[in-house]
Parts: sequence; C-alpha cells; structure tokens
Amino acid sequence: MFADYSMAELTSIFAMQGFAGLILFSVFVLMALGLAIIFGQMGVINMAHGEFMILGAYVTYLTSNIFSSYLPESVYGSYFFIAMILAFFVTGALGAFIEWSVIRHLYKRPLDTLLATWGLSLIMQQLYRSIFGAREVGVTLPDWLMGSYAITDMIEVPINGIFVMILTIIITIAVALMMQKSRLGKQTRAVVQNRPMAAAVGINTERVDRLTFALGCGIAGIAGSAFTMVGSTGPTAGQLYIVDTFLVVVFGGASSLIGTVASAFTISQAQSTMEFFLSGSMAKVLTLLTVVIILMLRPEGLFSLKMRR
Amino acid sequence: MNKVGSFIERYQLSHFIILAVIIFVVMPLALDSFRLNMVGKYLTYAFVALGLVLCWGYGGILSLGQGVFFGLGGYCMAMFLKLEASSPENTAIQSTPGIPDFMDWNQLTELPWFWEPFHSFAFTIVAILVLPAIFAFIIGVAMFKRRVGGVYFAIITQAVAAILTILIIGQQGYTGGVNGITDLRTLHGWDIRTDEAKNILYFVNGVLLFVCLFAARFIIKSKLGRLLVAMREREDRVRFSGYDVSSFKIFIFCAAATISAVGGAMFTLQVGFMSPTFVGTGPSIEMVIFCALGGRLAILGAVYGALVVNWAKTSFSESFPELWLFAMGALFIGVVMAFPNGLAGLYQTYIAPWLQKYVPEKFHWIVTNKYAEEKPVSATTSATTEGSETEDSSADTKKSEKGDLSHAGN
Amino acid sequence: MLETNKHIGPKDFVLSVEGLTVSFDGFKAVNDLSLYVEEQEIRVIIGPNGAGKTTVLDLICGRTKATEGSIKFKGKELTKMNEHQIVHAGVGRKFQNPSIYEDLTVFENLELSFPRGRNVWGALTFRRDKEVIDKVQEVADMIFLGDKLDMQADLLSHGQKQWLEIGMLLIQDPELLMLDEPVAGMSVAERKQTAELLNRITKDRSVLVIEHDMQFVADIAHRVTVLHQGKVLSEGSMERVQNDPKVVEVYLGH
Repeated sequence: MFADYSMAELTSIFAMQGFAGLILFSVFVLMALGLAIIFGQMGVINMAHGEFMILGAYVTYLTSNIFSSYLPESVYGSYFFIAMILAFFVTGALGAFIEWSVIRHLYKRPLDTLLATWGLSLIMQQLYRSIFGAREVGVTLPDWLMGSYAITDMIEVPINGIFVMILTIIITIAVALMMQKSRLGKQTRAVVQNRPMAAAVGINTERVDRLTFALGCGIAGIAGSAFTMVGSTGPTAGQLYIVDTFLVVVFGGASSLIGTVASAFTISQAQSTMEFFLSGSMAKVLTLLTVVIILMLRPEGLFSLKMRR
Repeated sequence: MNKVGSFIERYQLSHFIILAVIIFVVMPLALDSFRLNMVGKYLTYAFVALGLVLCWGYGGILSLGQGVFFGLGGYCMAMFLKLEASSPENTAIQSTPGIPDFMDWNQLTELPWFWEPFHSFAFTIVAILVLPAIFAFIIGVAMFKRRVGGVYFAIITQAVAAILTILIIGQQGYTGGVNGITDLRTLHGWDIRTDEAKNILYFVNGVLLFVCLFAARFIIKSKLGRLLVAMREREDRVRFSGYDVSSFKIFIFCAAATISAVGGAMFTLQVGFMSPTFVGTGPSIEMVIFCALGGRLAILGAVYGALVVNWAKTSFSESFPELWLFAMGALFIGVVMAFPNGLAGLYQTYIAPWLQKYVPEKFHWIVTNKYAEEKPVSATTSATTEGSETEDSSADTKKSEKGDLSHAGN
Repeated sequence: MLETNKHIGPKDFVLSVEGLTVSFDGFKAVNDLSLYVEEQEIRVIIGPNGAGKTTVLDLICGRTKATEGSIKFKGKELTKMNEHQIVHAGVGRKFQNPSIYEDLTVFENLELSFPRGRNVWGALTFRRDKEVIDKVQEVADMIFLGDKLDMQADLLSHGQKQWLEIGMLLIQDPELLMLDEPVAGMSVAERKQTAELLNRITKDRSVLVIEHDMQFVADIAHRVTVLHQGKVLSEGSMERVQNDPKVVEVYLGH
C-alpha cells in the first residue's frame, strides 16, 4: 500500500496524520484527565463525563456570543480565556452538586453509580437539545487562532491545533502538580490509600470526595472549552468520545496520570495513522480491538502498581 | 426445611401462572394484532433482561454489552431469512442474482464465505444458541480467569459493543451497514409478515420466554445459584472451599448471552429486520434498566421491567418525544437510588402486605412474594469506601438491612 | 516425640516448605523460609506483627504466588497450582476474620463447603441427599452448632462464626488445616472449647495455626515456630521457644 506514494509524500502523510493524531490526543487527554481523577482516585465511573465536557463547550459558546454581541470587537480575541475559567467553575459546581445529590449515596455500589450517571447523561443531553437545539453550534475563532503554519511546503499545521496542544500540556502539568503538591491533592491521595485513617487524622473525607469530583468535572469543562477550538458542539457530541476515553483511562492504568497521557498518545496516534490507509471506521475498530485485547491480557493497564486483590 | 422448600415452590408457581395468564390470555384478548406484535417485540427484550438478572443480579457481573448477544442472535436469524428472501428468482433484476440486495448495491459479486452456512436452518438455530455463548466464553475466560470484574468488566463489554457496532456499520457490503438486514419475508416459505404469522410468532416467543424463565429458575435454585450469591459476598471463601470461581462466572455470562440471543432471533422474526441500532452501547445499557426496574434479583421482574419501560417509551414517543430522555434518565437515577430492588422490591414491601390484609389466609400463598433467594440491595448505604479495581458489586448487598425479606417466607 | 524429628526422612512430612521467598516490590515479606510439618501435628506460628505469618499461609494456599522456593504437600508442588486445586489436594484455610456467608443459614454454609459438585455441572445437579444432611449434622455437632442449623449465619456470635468457618473446613476433610488466629475475639470459655475442638480434630490431620494468645498456644501446640522479619527465628517446643534468648528479645520480652 505504500508503493503508490513517494518517500517525501509518505513523510508528509505521516507528519500530517501525526498532527491530526495530536489534536485527537489533546481531546483524549483533556477528557481522560478528569475521568482518571474521578475513577482512579474515587473508583467512580462517571458516564456523564462527556456531557460535562459538552457543558464546558456550551459555556464557551455562550461566552463568545456575549462577547460578540455586547463587547467591543477589540476584546473578542480574549473571550476564550474568560470562557475557559467560566467553564471550569460552572461544570465544577454542577459536579459538586451531582456528587452531593447522587454520587455520595452510591460509593459502596460502583456499578450503580455507573447506571445513575448514565441516567444523568441522558437528562443532560435532552436539556442541551431543548435549550440549544439539536443542531451543532460552533464558535467564531478569534483572528489570532485562524490560519495555519507551514513547516515545509508540504506540511502545514493549523494554529488552533497548536494552541489546543499547548493548552493540553499546560493543564496536564498543572493537574499533575496539583495532585502531587497541593493540599487537596495530598488529601485525596490519603483518602484513596486509607479512608478511615485519613478521617482519623482529621481530613474531612466527604469534602475531599466532593472537591475531587468537582475538580474532575471542572477539567472536563476546560476540555469542552478547548474542544470548541477544533470542532463544533452538539447535544450528543459527548457520547462520541466517552467509550474511547474510558479505554484511554483503563489502558493507562487508572491510577497514574502519566499512564493516562501515554495511553492517550498511543491510542490517538494509532488511530489517526491507520485512518489514512484504512477507512475511518476500520481504523477505529482495529485500534479499539487492539486495546481491548491488550487489556484482556494485561488488565492492570500500561502503568500501574501491583494489582490489588 | 423441606416443608419450607415446597412452600416456596408453591407460591412462586402462582407468580409464574399470573404472568402466563397475562402473556397468553390477557394480551392477545385485549390488544389488536399491531399492538400484540409490539408487546411481542418488548418481550424479546425481556430475554436480555432475564440474562442480566442472572449475570448482574446474581453473578454480580454487570455487562454493558448484552446488545451484542441480542444482535448476534438477531443477525444469525436475519441472515437466514435474508438468504431465503434473496432467491435468484426474487433478485433477478440485480447484476448478481441470488445474493442479498445490499451486497449487490455494494458491488459484491458473490456471497461472502461466512454467509454460506446460513442457507441451512438447522445451522442457523445452532448458531443462534452457540455463537453468542462462544463469544461470551472468550470474553469471560480472558476477564474472569484474570479476576477482572466490576467496572472494568463493564467498560470492556461496553467497548466490545461499540466495536461491533462500528464494524457492522463500516462493513456495509457484508452486513447491510447502518440500515441492517431488512426486507425479510418468509421462513421456509411461510410468510412472516401476515397478521396471522405475527400472532403465532407472539405465542412462540412467549413459550420460549417461559422456557428461559424456567431454565433461569433452575439455575438460581441449584447449588450454583447459591454459590453465585456466596461469591458476591465472599469470593475468597468460595475459592478456598475448592471452587474454581471463574468457571461459574463464565458459565453464568454464557448462559445470559445465549438467552439474550434467543430474544434477538425472535425479535428479527417478529419485527422483520435487524440493525446495528440494537447492538450499540446505548441500547445495551438501556437493557440494563429493564432488569433494574423489574428488580435485579427477580427473574419474573425482568419481564415486567421490559414491558413497562418499553410501553412507556412507546407512549412517550407517540405523545411527548422530547420528554422521553428525561423520563429515562430519571428512571435510571430513581431506580438506582430509591428502589434498587425495582418493581419486585416495591411489590414485596408495599403491595404484598396490603394484599394480605384483604385476602383470606388460605390464599396468602398467591400474593406473598419472596422474589429473591437472598437479601436485596439496600437503598441507604453510607459512603465510606470506594471501589477498587477488582471489586464487583458485592459490597452493595453486604450492608443491606436485615429481615426485610425473611418474614415473607416463614 | 518432639525431639526426634531429625531422624525422620522428608517423606514423613505432610508439608515441607523450602527456601520460600516472596517479595512485594523489593520488600521480602517472607525470606528464604523453610518449615516442615508432620502428620497429625499441631504447629503454631507466632511472631510480632509484620513477621510474615499470614503471608506464609497465603503462600501455601495459593492466595499469593511465591517469588522463589517450593512448597511440597504430600509430594505435590503447590506453588504451581491454583487455589481450588490446592484445596482439592487437601489443604483448608481459615481466614483471620470469620469469612462465612452471612446471608445464608448455618446449614447452607456447611452444605456449600461439602466437597461434592464442585464444577459447574456438579453444582447444577447437586442434590441435598441424606449423605449431605448427615455429614452437615455431624460437623455441626462437632463445632457446637448442632442446634443452630437453620439460623442465619449473620446472627451467630463472633466465636460461633469462627467455629462455623472451622466447620466449613472440616466438612472438606482436609489433611492440612490452616487457621489464622482462630480464637481472636473469643471469650475465655469459647477459647477452652476451641482448644478442645482443635485437639479432637487433629487426630486425622495436621494443623497449622497462627495465634497470639500464649495461653492458647501452650494449650494446643505440639511445636511452635517463631517468625521474625520473614525468617524462622526459633523452632521447637513451647518451653524451648519461650526460653530462647533471641525470641525473648524480639517478641516475648515486650
């Protein structure tokens, strides 16, 4: 199959597909980060994670509308940063509310959490459809994110893609630092390792649970915000990525952020490279199938501590 | 002890009879052919829900990919019917007569090898029963031998459902793509599209459902059923009593797969087509709510759950389509949080005692309902632990309230 | 009887553990451990917390896989077998906390442990016949629960739960019975009864016990093995071990 292409063409194909893969990678990482925190740290499966992400996207969409309608054009270029912060807090607040009203009653029944959050995702989808309509909406990119950057005469990369990638890197580092260094991060890890002990030394474990869940949802909101830079938003867009994201998290070994990033990279690159040579659906089938088979052989994922019994 | 045993037989029998009367007498008398066919369709979902009672309710294994097995059964049947409908005479106008129309549209010029055996009805029946079980066996061996369960298993099965859907849609020429396999006409020359045929198929479906219900009951009543319950509570103890825990999980998962596949095959026969919309992650998880609403430990509850949810779905989509997802979402959250034992639990706690007040003591066995052989899930568990990777739903039954069941049987 | 073991060939040991090592991420919980148990012997393992006592039982019954070394039970190598195969070979294990099926009755608890119908087909076709009922009654009488067969296991006292778990092992008729702190949480009277029970059941089998209660150890032990940091510190009769200065230093002296 390579015979039809010249060497230079092949190089640029791989580079371009690799870049497309990097955008997919960014979306995966941003979605998976929040999920990994919630699943890895709390053992809760949040099936509505995709909908939290879409909420972030809608918040960004609304912010951009407000900027373009009510504020002078000169400040439009900065709407994104405001939107991102708003998205974080709105989804985080909703996450805290959901944790308080639903999740905390179900910690002993992880499978039931999964079903309850699925119900939540259905409700959120329908809400989006009722409020924003079934059609996909997109934001107008500020001028500085338009256009593309030519690396060679055959390889061009879009600026919005580069921006999303940089954003992903910054957020990933920030989350990693927070889990390692901050008080909440330390408390979360303490609660994960030994809940009664953590409670005994004065950590308010319920508060930690709520904040962790809110944080995971808030990161999903940021992911949604970033998502508007590279794609349009519809009520069911969250569902498109949720299975892949779960696999990313599980494949990466649930409790490790490095693992999550590495597995997001592997899966996205495999998928987008294969996509060029096979049809999109077969590329996805092969990627997911490989991941599932690897997980069957090595259920603890790529990076993980010894399996607990 | 034996006295108690026969007593259970007796009053459980009454519930089987009530369901049989509803399915075989009330429904056919009360509904026109179109509605009866619709109920028949709902009842095919009851097979899946029943499988979930076995593997989720009793085995503690939540599969989010039961649609895969429903679909496998349905597709096997659809392939057979499609081949019969695609005789060279019927397809003479195609560029390659004798192959299904969608293959012709996709420029296929001969029947793919895996379609060939589906010319035989006997093979088709065997395939419906065995193929899903083999598939479940492979997944089960890979997962349970390595002691993967709980949410991991749920995610993997969900991914399998997603993969199969993408594959079916992507491989249009071999599978009929997103439209599925449609325009099915006859079974051995018998036109399945007539009202009469549909009525007969409704009864066949009902009988098969009862066969599966009795099989499920046999499994639950056997020592294997008690072992499943014991495993959810104390997996290690079962293991160190000399049982190969994984083999029991594999068995119950395979049994659930086969039962679901029978439902799928009956779906194809009654509705006249099969498509990937019944295979994917969405429908698969929807099927879990049929089981959860009926009561995850109640085999008869699975039938009522499937009927109620689907009846509600149809009524909603006829009058307020935009409200259906709200209702469905609320149902998921509500059942899990407030009524984890579903309709069966509600009947048990509220209706049966009330009925008992008004029914003469002699007939109490008709209304008492000990729907499950074990204590059900409690709705009010406090938050103290988080799930670990190999943990299954066992934790949920441990802390359930005592004695809320025992009074019924004794 | 106790001092003659040097003259007995390895064939006479029911269980011989040699060079057993297990390491968890570099930490050696059990380090080059060797241990020999004779037929009909009650061996008690003592040692401070973290000495690796429970890990040794875990290794023998297959719950944990050994990094190195061998565990031979009646000539069979256990390290390569699955948990249920080890049980079939004749090793029974009681856990530290009573591990019984709380939702089931005492009868059902014992019935599930009855060694018949252990595969899928066998479990489907298992019948509660006279043999099962008689055996369950016999074992229940032995563990002082003969009149509580229909009681839900949840309602038993802590000590009774411990007995029930011992009974669940007895019904399997194992040749090696391993008990992890069988009298923890028991009343004085219950301890006495348990000691009698163990002395009675050991006629047909060997028993490996982990225990902290020194009085109880003195009551039942034929020989005592002291573990410390995953290694055997001392071994022999209770008296000898108690007077071993090394033991006094790390354990009894505290």
